[in-house]
Amino acid sequence: MSDRGVVWLGSPSFPDAAREALKDTQLRANLKRATSTIRTKRLAVASELDDWEELRETAAAIKRRTARHLDHYLVQLEESVTAAGGTVHWASDAAEANRIVTDLVRATGEREVVKVKSMATQEIGLNEHLAEAGITAYETDLAELIVQLGDDRPSHILVPAIHKNRTEIRDLFTAEMGHWGQPAPEGLGDDPAELAEAARRHLREKFLTAKVAVSGANFACAESGTVVVVESEGNGRMCLTLPETLITVMGIEKVVPTWSDLEVFLQLLPRSSTGERMNPYTSTWTGTTDGDGPQAFHLVLLDNGRTDTLADTVGRQALACIRCSACLNVCPVFERTGGHAYGSVYPGPIGAVLTPQLVGVENAASLPFASTLCGACYDACPVKIDIPEILAHLRAKVVEADRRPLKPQALAMKAAATVLDSPRLLATAQKAAAIGGRAIARKGRIRRLPGPLHGWSDTRDTQAPPAESFRTWWRKNREGDR
Amino acid sequence: MRIALFITCFNDTMFPGTGRAVVDVLERLGHQVDFPQEQTCCGQMHFNTGYRPDAVPLVERFARVFGEYDAVVTPSASCAGMVRHGHPVLAEEHGGPDLAQRVAEVTPRVFEFTEFLTDVLGVTDVGAYFPHRVAYHPTCHSLRGLRLGDRPMELLRAVGGIELVDLQAADSCCGFGGTFAVKNAETSGAMLADKTAAVRGSGAEVLCAADNSCLMHIGGGLSRQDAPVRTMHLAEILAATEGSGR
Ligand code: SF4
Repeated sequence: MSDRGVVWLGSPSFPDAAREALKDTQLRANLKRATSTIRTKRLAVASELDDWEELRETAAAIKRRTARHLDHYLVQLEESVTAAGGTVHWASDAAEANRIVTDLVRATGEREVVKVKSMATQEIGLNEHLAEAGITAYETDLAELIVQLGDDRPSHILVPAIHKNRTEIRDLFTAEMGHWGQPAPEGLGDDPAELAEAARRHLREKFLTAKVAVSGANFACAESGTVVVVESEGNGRMCLTLPETLITVMGIEKVVPTWSDLEVFLQLLPRSSTGERMNPYTSTWTGTTDGDGPQAFHLVLLDNGRTDTLADTVGRQALACIRCSACLNVCPVFERTGGHAYGSVYPGPIGAVLTPQLVGVENAASLPFASTLCGACYDACPVKIDIPEILAHLRAKVVEADRRPLKPQALAMKAAATVLDSPRLLATAQKAAAIGGRAIARKGRIRRLPGPLHGWSDTRDTQAPPAESFRTWWRKNREGDR
Repeated sequence: MRIALFITCFNDTMFPGTGRAVVDVLERLGHQVDFPQEQTCCGQMHFNTGYRPDAVPLVERFARVFGEYDAVVTPSASCAGMVRHGHPVLAEEHGGPDLAQRVAEVTPRVFEFTEFLTDVLGVTDVGAYFPHRVAYHPTCHSLRGLRLGDRPMELLRAVGGIELVDLQAADSCCGFGGTFAVKNAETSGAMLADKTAAVRGSGAEVLCAADNSCLMHIGGGLSRQDAPVRTMHLAEILAATEGSGR
């Protein structure tokens, strides 16, 4: 399983990582500001479309249908891409995908590649792998650049550097840009426009010299073999047009059957992700075109746990994800802990359901529990992925995978189930709780709870259970009546 | 109409006053209610923590105990949601075809308290009087699980003497989430801190909701801060009348 990438090796479980993250008040302030701004924008532009709910329904239906016939559409995609002059490669896991891309870059004789922001290459750890082969990958998306310069990890699907504010970014640019190429200008300020200009200058020389580009894909259309990347900065478009060789790594779930299906997603995606009516750049390419753009095009179709996920009829919903990040921006847990706490390339609600499926629940067992099941993610998701349903489903799988019969939680759950299946035992337990609870309470409130409950009582009082349960009251006051 | 109360194990044990309030309101509206003693729990804790098979006997019990009633009323949005959405799943996954059938028969007759008042009885004014400043917290399960929408507010607006105040970011989760508050206590605490700040900022004397679990969480935080705000289940406000001293 470890060759699937996806999770960062050595990451602590979610509660431990979250505890650390929560101490960082700067991080929480940065996250709160960023997510609440984008949340408001998203709500405003989504409500402009009176067919928003129908669009979501349609998108979900297209994704369901495609998933059911994924093998068919992938073969069709391969035929279309090949017919248009591209080459298709199949990668069953991260190691195979990395090997394919590395060999392709080596074959060009180049030692540098420019990159379009891509979750799939993050997932397989491509940059690190290329570095081992002596090939430097330059991230060209502004936020990815920030992460790369900081030797950091992305913490958000769409805004990988959401955990940093502009002062932190300015300091990073000043300290690091020189090591990678064009240094930051003298006396750089922290104005967003100034920062963007510094990044633009830094990246320009890479664009003009790079012979190989690596991209991800937002969608690929089976019928025509067209690959689609949407973005806001235009860096992607530079990478997709200037180099001679283009290598695209794409999760197999990104295929859509027809060109007209794209219409639905291209409405939903920008509104859900950046809160814009339309994304500034939509680049599409179909194989190669003589004398225009890259003359060699390779499409690497990545499985890496996806067919396993497909086998689970509840869990497979997660494969419908179009990586808009709306669920992250509305998630109250993500808002407090940030993305790093998830220990995975895919953070937030979608990460909590996708990551355990891609790597096996036993390898990310704390993630399905990193949610209150509040349902905000489900309401926000443009393709109607029922994330709470999958979370609950995966929790059962985690429990099943960890069959230690003497685990304290398993014992407690068994005991509770026994008590709750008997009104007589429940009444006895109620009396015991009332007596015990009232004994440790002061002025009706309990300050400190024992055992595993102590975390709760760090910030909350518990009221003492009342002397008389409802069922006792009922028996005394109503039963006699009838 | 034969009305059964499903008071839920948690309310039964920790918040019996809520059950009594439900009885008060329904009797005041002229209905006779029953509390089948064999009832216990909806199985939500087991379901949400991943111990699904352990919840199946509770699903069976629920269908057996409540199967014969015309309506089952519960003052807990989250337990109503569990019955409505969770029981069919459990019955299909772990029960025989017979259980699925019985669950399918009983679940449409299970109503959260405010739903029952507005949708089934068609009442919004229950004759309550509660001269206090009140904020309403729409719990996640009432807001997104059951889609109660404006129903609780309609009922509250009809209460005599009440002054309703706005709650900032009302629809964000308070951080309870059942075992989440124990398993991820610090994250839960951070969410709670924002919620209690909003409650205190609202100027309310009383915070109410349709779920005592969330209220216990928020109330526990307010109590730790010695904040001058009480938490009350919405049913208790609807049960209050002039001179009742609630
Ligand atoms: S799960 Fe839905 S909301 Fe979250 S990133 Fe994917 S498509 Fe967007």
